Amino acid sequence: MSLNRRELLGGAAALSTAAMLPSASMAADTIQLGSILDTSGIFDAYGKPMDQAMRLAVKEINDAGGLLGKQVEVAAYDTQSDMALYSQYAQQLTRQDKVDVVHGGILSASREAIRQTMRKTKTLYFYNVQYEGGVCDRNIFVTGVTPAQQVEVLVPYAMKKSGPKVHILAADYNYGQITARWIQKFVEDNGGEVVATDFFPLDVADFGSTITKIQQTAPDLVFAPLVGGAHLSFFRQWSAAGMKDKVPLASTTMGVGNEHKVLTPEEGNGIMVAYNYSQELETPANIAFKAKWQAEYGDTTAIHELAVSTYQGIMLWAAGVRKAGSVERDAVVDALETGISIEGPAGKVTIDPQTHHATVDVHIMEFEGQGMTVIETLPQRAPIDTQAVCDLQANPGDNTQYEIEI
Amino acid sequence: MDLSFVILVEVLYGVASLVLISAGLAVVFGMMKVINLAHGEFMMMGGYATITAVGLGVNVFVAMLVIAPLVVGLIGLIVERLVIRHLYGRLVDTMLATWGLSLVFIGLATMIFGNTTTGISTPIPGFAVGGYQVNGYNFFIIIVTIVLVIAMFAVLRGTRAGLIARGTMQRSDMAAALGYSPDRIYMMTFFCGSALSGLAGAVLAPLVGLVPTSGGAYIAKAFITVIAGGPSLIAGLVSSATSFGLVSQFFTFAISPVIGEVALLIAAVVLLRTMPQGITGRFFKGKL
Repeated sequence: MSLNRRELLGGAAALSTAAMLPSASMAADTIQLGSILDTSGIFDAYGKPMDQAMRLAVKEINDAGGLLGKQVEVAAYDTQSDMALYSQYAQQLTRQDKVDVVHGGILSASREAIRQTMRKTKTLYFYNVQYEGGVCDRNIFVTGVTPAQQVEVLVPYAMKKSGPKVHILAADYNYGQITARWIQKFVEDNGGEVVATDFFPLDVADFGSTITKIQQTAPDLVFAPLVGGAHLSFFRQWSAAGMKDKVPLASTTMGVGNEHKVLTPEEGNGIMVAYNYSQELETPANIAFKAKWQAEYGDTTAIHELAVSTYQGIMLWAAGVRKAGSVERDAVVDALETGISIEGPAGKVTIDPQTHHATVDVHIMEFEGQGMTVIETLPQRAPIDTQAVCDLQANPGDNTQYEIEI
Repeated sequence: MDLSFVILVEVLYGVASLVLISAGLAVVFGMMKVINLAHGEFMMMGGYATITAVGLGVNVFVAMLVIAPLVVGLIGLIVERLVIRHLYGRLVDTMLATWGLSLVFIGLATMIFGNTTTGISTPIPGFAVGGYQVNGYNFFIIIVTIVLVIAMFAVLRGTRAGLIARGTMQRSDMAAALGYSPDRIYMMTFFCGSALSGLAGAVLAPLVGLVPTSGGAYIAKAFITVIAGGPSLIAGLVSSATSFGLVSQFFTFAISPVIGEVALLIAAVVLLRTMPQGITGRFFKGKL
């Protein structure tokens, strides 16, 4: 095809007008929700259901008439499991799309990559993921559980079922290190003893010598906050060595990405965990949520903790906007700081004004037949780890991720 | 007493798994001088072949020991015909081409099997030695490795095909002058190398959670073992796997698994500094 200068200019002008039109009309009468998630690449097992949950929540809000009489529009970016893309898309969302709120980020590294951009541009940010705790920033709200919320309830339960001697196996990065410290603290608080702690880089897949070592320390309980596909090998090798029926296992990470559906029932049964959400929760809210998901996507097997956190995060934000009567950042933050709460699929979620983290129900569960059976529900556990270091009411200018010393 | 037996088993298992991981590469890189950066992905495909076959109702041992090596061998054959055969003797080019292949295989596996962890459980139960539990599957891996090494030795040393293959790798022009087709011999050797990688991936599959990127975990260890082994195929493989296995397991038990890995890498650096030609460049010279 040949093109002369006049045609080219005419075409370009038409194209750019077409591109400008919808954005101009959009800004006026809709609310913009930015989403930034890894929906491809190695973290897509986490990111895809989160993206589905985000769209489900927005659809639900819009079907009910929108927010403040306006429809919510989604501007979603796929960061392809690449940390460099987070900062790029964060700039795009805040400076070009000028969205009213951003939900997203999966790994702690991705959150830290975009948190300052959100703060500088005064864009409200929601991080809806279970993480190591300690972020103290008035511009961010965190709706996932932190280690203390899980460990505080899981340790006494697991020790009661097994005994006082605990061996810890943790992933060797900030999440594992911090979680291991919390486990140690709660084991000692409950009159137990940590006989050994081992850390493993994320690519270690051979646990043979570790399993022998565990038998030397002869613990009553093994606590395993291990992360990722390679570490899944531990649970498999543990069962293959015939240790599963001798020493009970507990974990704060196993099952977040539905890993328990990969292990056979023989390998998984009996592992003790504590989370905010389980597909097996028999509450009316969860049954209704699963029915909505089923109607939208046809299959509920992908729903996991992080997806539900995302859904709850968006519902909390919507509640904040309704209460504030505005999408303006400071108004919404003030509204959320009144200790607002919603009823989500995983139970009641309340914003803790002091830390901007969430007070949630924590369920103690055991794996059974590739599902998580709820043993005990502990209502409304506060994020005590972050509370120990962060007080945004007294110090609203804070902008740190604290390493929590115990 | 029980403990020393358990540790002995672990050390043997450490050595055996190194031999297993490196055997395919020893043939493809050690013999044929093709830097196969897709070696880890061949292993990954062996794992997926096993899991798929087991999912279709095949006996797990048949899937691991027959189907996976055949499937990966055939994939290797196709790769050799399409890509590798144009690159014999061009060391750096094979590196680039096989690096590309490894990305393709990861992409394909992701498309077919999804980017999630899969796996099968081990078919052999653990058992007790005194007060300790031992993973029964470790014995299986040790036995498979011993049989594999003996078989490789027997084929290369005792059969005419082995002799022709070794001769062709040394002087392909001479082999051609004697009436053998180097092209076909290279093809068959690459098939065997790929099949060995597939076997390794298959046999290790029940111990790990498999993802399309799993291959990356093996590639470094495989290259270190083969390079440190030196020019002799089997003697090099066994001697370097034994040294590295001993060093890494010793530090693993004495300190921690992380230090074990570090010790393995330091040992490799020291070994290659003192013996640049590899272990068999100095000892066991001229052995197979």
